[in-house]
Amino acid sequence: MAVTTDPIEVIKERISEVSVEEAKAELDKGDAVLIDVRGPAEWQVSRLDGATRIETEDLEAEIDGVVPDTSKRVLLYCATGRRSARAADVLQNLGYENVASVAGGITAWTEAGLPIVEPEGMTREQRIRYSRHTLLPEVGFEGQVKLLNAKVLLLGAGGLGAPAIEYLAAAGVGTLGIVDDDVVDMSNLQRQVIHTNDRIGMPKSTSAKEFVAGLNPDVEVVEYNLRLDASNILDVIRDYDIVVDGADNFPTRYLLNDASVRLGIPVVSASILGFDGQISTFVPHDGPCYRCLYPTPPPPELAPSCGANGVLGVMAGVMGLLQANEVIKLILGIGDPLVGRLLLYDSLGTNFTELKVRRDPECPICGPNAPEIPESEMGKFPDYELFCGAAAREETPELS
Amino acid sequence: MPTIKIPPVLRSKTGGESEVSVEGATVGEALKALAEVHEATADQLFSSEGELNRYVNVYLNDEDVRVLDGLDTAASESDTIVILPAMAGGQA
Repeated sequence: MAVTTDPIEVIKERISEVSVEEAKAELDKGDAVLIDVRGPAEWQVSRLDGATRIETEDLEAEIDGVVPDTSKRVLLYCATGRRSARAADVLQNLGYENVASVAGGITAWTEAGLPIVEPEGMTREQRIRYSRHTLLPEVGFEGQVKLLNAKVLLLGAGGLGAPAIEYLAAAGVGTLGIVDDDVVDMSNLQRQVIHTNDRIGMPKSTSAKEFVAGLNPDVEVVEYNLRLDASNILDVIRDYDIVVDGADNFPTRYLLNDASVRLGIPVVSASILGFDGQISTFVPHDGPCYRCLYPTPPPPELAPSCGANGVLGVMAGVMGLLQANEVIKLILGIGDPLVGRLLLYDSLGTNFTELKVRRDPECPICGPNAPEIPESEMGKFPDYELFCGAAAREETPELS
Repeated sequence: MPTIKIPPVLRSKTGGESEVSVEGATVGEALKALAEVHEATADQLFSSEGELNRYVNVYLNDEDVRVLDGLDTAASESDTIVILPAMAGGQA
């Protein structure tokens, strides 16, 4: 006879086990107390009706409160019957006389077709996938369902968009709209982590969709392989709950601001350059808008692009993930979003600076004197290229 | 001597310095002092009429000087003045 070296097998020799069918019969008679010794994430995915959850290491402290009578019949289960065997041994050592472990655990129970308790609203795979979310009281099942039903539009699948897409997709945000008219370039891969070598030359929106498909089948990606302009912006953003702004130019940022204020859609806006980043959340009429913060775009020499000036790849990750975090808070309605606050991150000094952003009473877009826009004019916007160009000429005469 | 935080896009005008301490009892005096020490910042901060350019946001500590007394806002030794131009990098 082979000598067993598995300590659980050794333990099983000194405790008793019952089959799932025997356990079911005992429980139906109402004679036994049922203890689940698994962790909280497993418990949330599925459990047996009537069970109380106490993990093995907590038995000594907690079993008294649940089963004060040491002669009472106690059935223990876990996923496969190993942890519950150890737990049965612990209970016997504590003086419990009538203890058994359910052989094969909830796995065997389920395979036998016996009934289990499963929370509604998510599939079993979703309950496993999002268990570390649903364990958080601030998220829970209700919050995860909100995430699964949310629609978020990402303006740009580049430096900021890539990390935001990665984590929003992992978090199970159900619909991600991705606007980008660019294709993946080798020079993007230093920071745009969802794109890969073998997708160089592919539209970024398509590459993003492939990435998301490989990560999380719950997420639907809607591709917009186009550049946002006045003629298409309302149609693109109208159906989304939140927009993540990672645009690389001022005309698009002002256009997005003006359109999102008209439609009442919150925008999580960030920008990066070199070793520095800034982020704020603009919720129309609850807080300031982008124009309240920046009434006038800067001249070109004060607004270099990452392409011209360089950016630390990690900066894109940090700021894009701060955006993703804001998005999740807005969807769940938890915490304090960066409304009316601008957060600056200086990565060389590892300094965060927070500045107050006030609503501008003179704001031509969201201020009290901003003109009402009739429905027939909703799709008409000023010429932002001209606006940003004119600012440059007006403020820096040497450039004109 | 308030401290002025220089944004990345202006650091080429301050010899790479990210913080400059200057004399000045108001925000305006401090910025003028900065423009004297680092002349190349003058055109970026002020218009030809000597007004602060509209595209430059200036904060005393965490508050926009537009909601305080503008350039006349008093600045003490322990104050930090933040110069903030808009940035648009992110996508490309």
